Amino acid sequence: MNFAECSIASVRADLLAKKYSARELTGQALAHAESENPKTNAYLTFSPERALATALEVDKKIAAGDDPGALAGVPIAIKDVILTRGVRTTCGSRLLANYIPPYDATAVTRIEQAGGVILGKTNCDEFAMGSSNENSAFGPVRNPVALDRVPGGSSGGSAAVIAQATAVLSLGSDTGGSIRQPASFCGVVGVTPTYGRVSRYGLTAFASSLDHIGPFARSVRDAATLLGVIAGRDEMDATSAFAPVPDYTAALARDVRGMKIGLPREFFDGLESETGDLIHRAVDVLKSLGCEVREIRLPHTPYAIATYYIIATAEASSNLARYDGVRYTARSATAQTLSEMYRQTRGEGFGAECKRRIMLGTYVLSAGYYDAYYLKAQKVRALIARDYAEAFQQVDAIAGPVSPFPAFKLGEKVNDPVAMYLSDIFTITGDLAGIPCMSVPCGATAAGLPVGLQILTRHFDEISMFRVADAYQMASN
Amino acid sequence: MKITEQEIRRVAELANLALADHEIARMAHDLDEILTHIDKLNELDTANVSPMAQVLYDAEETATLRDDVERPPLGNAAALANAPQAGAGYFKVPKVIER
Repeated sequence: MNFAECSIASVRADLLAKKYSARELTGQALAHAESENPKTNAYLTFSPERALATALEVDKKIAAGDDPGALAGVPIAIKDVILTRGVRTTCGSRLLANYIPPYDATAVTRIEQAGGVILGKTNCDEFAMGSSNENSAFGPVRNPVALDRVPGGSSGGSAAVIAQATAVLSLGSDTGGSIRQPASFCGVVGVTPTYGRVSRYGLTAFASSLDHIGPFARSVRDAATLLGVIAGRDEMDATSAFAPVPDYTAALARDVRGMKIGLPREFFDGLESETGDLIHRAVDVLKSLGCEVREIRLPHTPYAIATYYIIATAEASSNLARYDGVRYTARSATAQTLSEMYRQTRGEGFGAECKRRIMLGTYVLSAGYYDAYYLKAQKVRALIARDYAEAFQQVDAIAGPVSPFPAFKLGEKVNDPVAMYLSDIFTITGDLAGIPCMSVPCGATAAGLPVGLQILTRHFDEISMFRVADAYQMASN
Repeated sequence: MKITEQEIRRVAELANLALADHEIARMAHDLDEILTHIDKLNELDTANVSPMAQVLYDAEETATLRDDVERPPLGNAAALANAPQAGAGYFKVPKVIER
């Protein structure tokens, strides 16, 4: 079995042609993933019982002549901030090293209802805070393309399993670029849908006004199919959107002639030259397909990092208050009083980056600083969102880089938090505005490091985003 | 310095976060750098801008309310299953009030 060549369609065709059963495929996929995993540390937990149970259901449906579902038999990995009932979910944190969720995230439920087989849980930065996956309490993930480099973060494991072909699809989460940046670094497709498009019920909250769940895949087609399965209103998440979910695969294999694509001038400042060259070459492909390309402005881009690190940390400091030693498995062994229990459980349990963000978030929300920081940031967020609204009056989609540079070496930026934060400059504005955005691979540097082309569109216009990305991927293959 | 070690200690109290002395010094350094970068926002005049607290989309005001229908909850045993310490159907914590 060559998992690197598996797609949703190929698995379905093979199952229906009885080349193998879903149980046989799942057994092989688990064995392959478990034997390959030590190279990258991308999986933290495997869920063989659950995977084989879903596979058995798929086999029964096929035997009965019923539709086995849109993701029938497809091996899928889930980022370890997304809850899976009965399967350990650590959020990359020591605090939750033994946490067994009592319920499933809605996205997980929908995947299994569609016949998707969940192989296990993927490594990530602690509570999804990081850009390199080096903040996991369970060790970093290595980039499958270059093992001495980071896979990106925070969904590093979910990107790595696709690049390593130890899963066909995966789910990640994105708050400031945590899907697109690792997709770019690992050379796979990663999608951050419109805010509210996918239910966050069962996604461990980091920054609630920014958190998204989204798919990773090798092809735009498979990512679009997976998004179609998990998207849509869920009454368990009041922020999930009512907008009907279109058939995203209808966006594929379509002409892009005449589509207007904007290149934000601000997204081409400070790019490493090889990254810039690859992005320009990708834009040339879009031009050759008939897209009309023009320069646009997103003038508030230079303020995005500051805005994000106020809003995201403020929300995180509140969301992470629940890890206090009462409900979630970990409690300091030495605490005598209630107050010591809170303080020591958190002091012993959280890693350095989580502590930094809890502290910054608490500071910007504290008496006397709220207006100067939090309120100010919310106002600048409105300006960043307005930049996009104005740009989309002129263009149908925006294209640019995902990251200013390709995957960096493990340890290279770990001691410089501000440098690490600044690397998210091109992904953060999409999250602040809440628009759909994705990374599609657009080649590699001379050293073989992948680079991703970012495509952004209007709220709920995933169709245009997939249309451009698929046309590009088809033309460049 | 935009933030002192003394302020770091105060914020750590607010956050219920025990920090070792070496963490305090490092935290002061890191937060100082981040807050210096954040100062960039003061370049912008936002006097007439409304704050954006949430990504908004069109829906009726009551759209997110579900029908008031009973449904089985998680259940006591499942809710307590991850407790570091539980007993008699409750989460147990160190004694707060002495008799």
